[in-house]
Amino acid sequence: MRSLNQKLLRDLWHAKGQAFAIAAVIACGVAIVVMTYGAMISLRETRDTYYERYRLADVFSQLRRAPLRVTGQIAEIPGVTAWDARITHYAALDIPGLQRPAAALLVSLPDGSEPRLNRLALREGRLPTSGRYELVISENMAQALSFHAGSRLSVLLNGRKRNFTIVGVALSPEFVYTLPPGQLMADDRAFGILWVDRAILEAAYDLDGSFNDVSVRLSPGASEPEVIRRLDSLLARYGGTSAFGRADQISNAYVDQELDQLKTIAFVIPPVFLAVAAFLIHMVLSRLIDTERESIGLFKSFGYSNWEVGWHYLKFSLAITALGVVAGIVAGLSLGQWMTRMYQDYFRFPFLEYRTDSGVFAVAILVSFAAAVAGTWVGVRRAVRLEPAGAMQPPAPAIYRRTLVDRIGLERVVSMPTQMILRHIERWPLRAFVTVLGASMAVMLLLSLFFFFDAIDELIDSFYFRANHQDVIIGLVDQRSDRSLYEFGRIAGIRGAEPVLDVPARLSNGHLTQRLGISGLEQGTHFRAFYDAAGRSFTIPEHGIVLSNQLAELLKVRSGDTITVEVLEGLRKQARISVSAIAVEHVGLSAYMDRRALAELTGEPHTLTAIQALLDRTVQARLLQRLKEIPAVATVSTREQAITSLRDTMAKSMTIVIDFYIGLGAIIAFGVVYNAARISLAERGRELASLRVLGFTGGEVTYVLLGELALLVLASLPIGCVLGYMLAWLMSAAMETKLFRVPFVILPATYGIAMTITLLSAGASALAVAWRIRKLDLIAVLKTRE
Amino acid sequence: MTFHLHGLTKTYRTGEVAVQALRGVDLDIYKSEILVLLGPSGSGKSTFLNILGGLDRPTSGEALFRDHNLTKMSDRELTLYRRDHVGFVFQFYNLIPSLTARENVALVTEISARPMAPSEALALVDLEERQDHFPAQLSGGEQQRVAIARAIAKRPEVLLCDEPTGALDSATGVVVLQAIERINAELGTTSVIITHNAVIAQMGDRVASFADGHIDKIVANASRQPASSLKW
Repeated sequence: MRSLNQKLLRDLWHAKGQAFAIAAVIACGVAIVVMTYGAMISLRETRDTYYERYRLADVFSQLRRAPLRVTGQIAEIPGVTAWDARITHYAALDIPGLQRPAAALLVSLPDGSEPRLNRLALREGRLPTSGRYELVISENMAQALSFHAGSRLSVLLNGRKRNFTIVGVALSPEFVYTLPPGQLMADDRAFGILWVDRAILEAAYDLDGSFNDVSVRLSPGASEPEVIRRLDSLLARYGGTSAFGRADQISNAYVDQELDQLKTIAFVIPPVFLAVAAFLIHMVLSRLIDTERESIGLFKSFGYSNWEVGWHYLKFSLAITALGVVAGIVAGLSLGQWMTRMYQDYFRFPFLEYRTDSGVFAVAILVSFAAAVAGTWVGVRRAVRLEPAGAMQPPAPAIYRRTLVDRIGLERVVSMPTQMILRHIERWPLRAFVTVLGASMAVMLLLSLFFFFDAIDELIDSFYFRANHQDVIIGLVDQRSDRSLYEFGRIAGIRGAEPVLDVPARLSNGHLTQRLGISGLEQGTHFRAFYDAAGRSFTIPEHGIVLSNQLAELLKVRSGDTITVEVLEGLRKQARISVSAIAVEHVGLSAYMDRRALAELTGEPHTLTAIQALLDRTVQARLLQRLKEIPAVATVSTREQAITSLRDTMAKSMTIVIDFYIGLGAIIAFGVVYNAARISLAERGRELASLRVLGFTGGEVTYVLLGELALLVLASLPIGCVLGYMLAWLMSAAMETKLFRVPFVILPATYGIAMTITLLSAGASALAVAWRIRKLDLIAVLKTRE
Repeated sequence: MTFHLHGLTKTYRTGEVAVQALRGVDLDIYKSEILVLLGPSGSGKSTFLNILGGLDRPTSGEALFRDHNLTKMSDRELTLYRRDHVGFVFQFYNLIPSLTARENVALVTEISARPMAPSEALALVDLEERQDHFPAQLSGGEQQRVAIARAIAKRPEVLLCDEPTGALDSATGVVVLQAIERINAELGTTSVIITHNAVIAQMGDRVASFADGHIDKIVANASRQPASSLKW
């Protein structure tokens, strides 16, 4: 067998260009598996370890105010192993140099010590000393604003400006991802978490000996819904706003969402590469076996068994696959590390180590080799089945037929080289099909990845322009009466202020329940537009409730159905309200009602929690500065800032990803076209050299070979667009989470980009083959029989 | 005069081995003559023919086609020279398998300046009725006649035939030679035929014998034998 192995090495070397192209395609698939699984495992393990080590609670609940003795009853709930009762409150910050208001969630710490649950990972400094105006700041904000232990920070505590000393920088498992209320993305300069001594918050918010936030940890096997039920019934009279588990905890939900999306990528993308690789291996190996018919006959006549001959050719593709797998694993490991580092910017973990497990490699290796064997199968079977005597005869000449072009009478119009192209395609339809399919997969892949950019644009457009028309939303520290609307309306630069009332509520339809905030909006609001599934806009109705489509799906209700709305505040009234319309939205779960109708349900006098308005741009900076000084203002989010930070985040993480994706698509297109061209050249070298001898120029001969490929690649473009459309749809559906729905939009330009990249890559491989055509040996070909 | 060739040498280098295929060939080829090149394998006749046809360049020496110096032409000029002036016939026909007989001829007429109709060229080799057949549907002799029709359809000044009967039996070979003879007579095409079959030499005006890279002797036949009378 040693000489056969020698031959194998030479065959591989001879076909090195093609072998590398195939190995690159395999490597892409393997790299994505290793990268995404690695990132997934790292993220999951880090999350689990972090949550465990820093004792993240299992169930959370907010309430108005309860005396600390109630915690004794909480501790008695079966399944609860630990509890932590805190004070949490949103507060405005005064950050010098920041042109817009900033806010923070204040979280109390027990007397100078670590909390029992949701512990802090101190990155710098220490915890606050009891009774002092000291605080620990979340790392995201500290880094964004260059704060360190020792920096000073002004916080508006219940309307009074207090100067704090930052004594520490910390992370918390509760805030792996810090989302400002009402926003789509983190905004580290303007929103963070501040941990403050309990006594300070007790005094500031008049919560002496009380708490307004509780979290509990469950024993293994405890029923979370049961604990939530008991906690809710216990806290109801203290203004409890319904407990929720980790699945509804915003930071954790974002991490879960990312894990789901990684899984989708790992499952959807690599099979495309492996399928293409299998096609390519099939093409190259079939060609090799065709050219080696005589050698195969010879081996067999020497006494090599069918099995040995088959194994010999199988090894050819296994060697290429091995190369691809090794390159893919190496690339995947470093990409995985890079991706994990990217997560460090996005999610805040005290440690995030890139980890992977051997199972990932085993799966990648197994699947790649399975694809290789599948691609090899037909060719090897042919080699095995060749009879030695028959094999040593030259194969029967290819029979060509007249094509459709002849039959419909176009033969006089098309030139002979074009006829050659058409007849060659018709003669080898399967190969043409494989080439078309392969190239279309490049388009498909590019489209299904680039579509995300359109989706983000659509998201921004629909959320910030079509649905929301306000320039600014001013979140208030507490609920207020309508009077404050007039006060804000008088501030110079604010135009057309409208009130918003956000009320926590539980919406249910039978046993299906969702907890969320209902937004109460003004009748005939100028700032919110809703769109139904048909794209028709509608406004807030006087009666009834508007649900976002995602929420309607979860509750399994349609327009016209009636749901139960339980307000989790004030008198906690319950009402049956009819769903007046379903609004199409991409982010979060939302419900909207007429503000007055909603206020009636709360039964409380305050009727607004936020103000939305237009800004006079000429005085915008001064206005934002002015808002910073108003104690009642908790948060100010301008549309401009939100879009900028959304795009910045996208730009930071996406530019590298774009390059990566372009590379992936280009590798597929290059691999497919280069292999098809090389095979065609090998088979038709004699024919093409004959044309050169007859006086055809290099360009004209190149046309015969590459014209065929150009035709096939052109044919692949629309097919790729259709496949890409379907894959994009699949991915948008697979990535849909409760919080986030990827809008399914593909702009015409995106089709153009996907097709252009495919064409450029195909063109590059064509060039690589074109110079070989120029170098055809014109004389040798005339001396040999076909 | 069609060709004036002087002091032609050709050395091929493959790796460290240098093979001298031509060692100084001087020859004039006259208009409308049939010149037969005889000689054993490796004597240099194919190399010589390839230089005449613009497929190869000599290492040294001069090759004039009328007043064009073939040795000084670029690749592109050689391509145009082949396209406009030269018809080739090869031992293994070199037809395009995906094109019918007529289309193989049309392949050349499409790119030449003053071609005859493909069917006219096929008529000259008595293959009008087979013009819509693909090469795989034709016998060896028929394929070679299609190759001849393809070579002469552009009305070339020169017809270069490298072992045109090498792959054929003698009866078929004679039919092919008759076609070449007829083209020469009717169109006045200067024809150069390579063979190692001495019988075929009888149909030439002159016979040049190659040996070891040079011309051993040139014999002018007193009278040309018609191809139909040849037997081997």
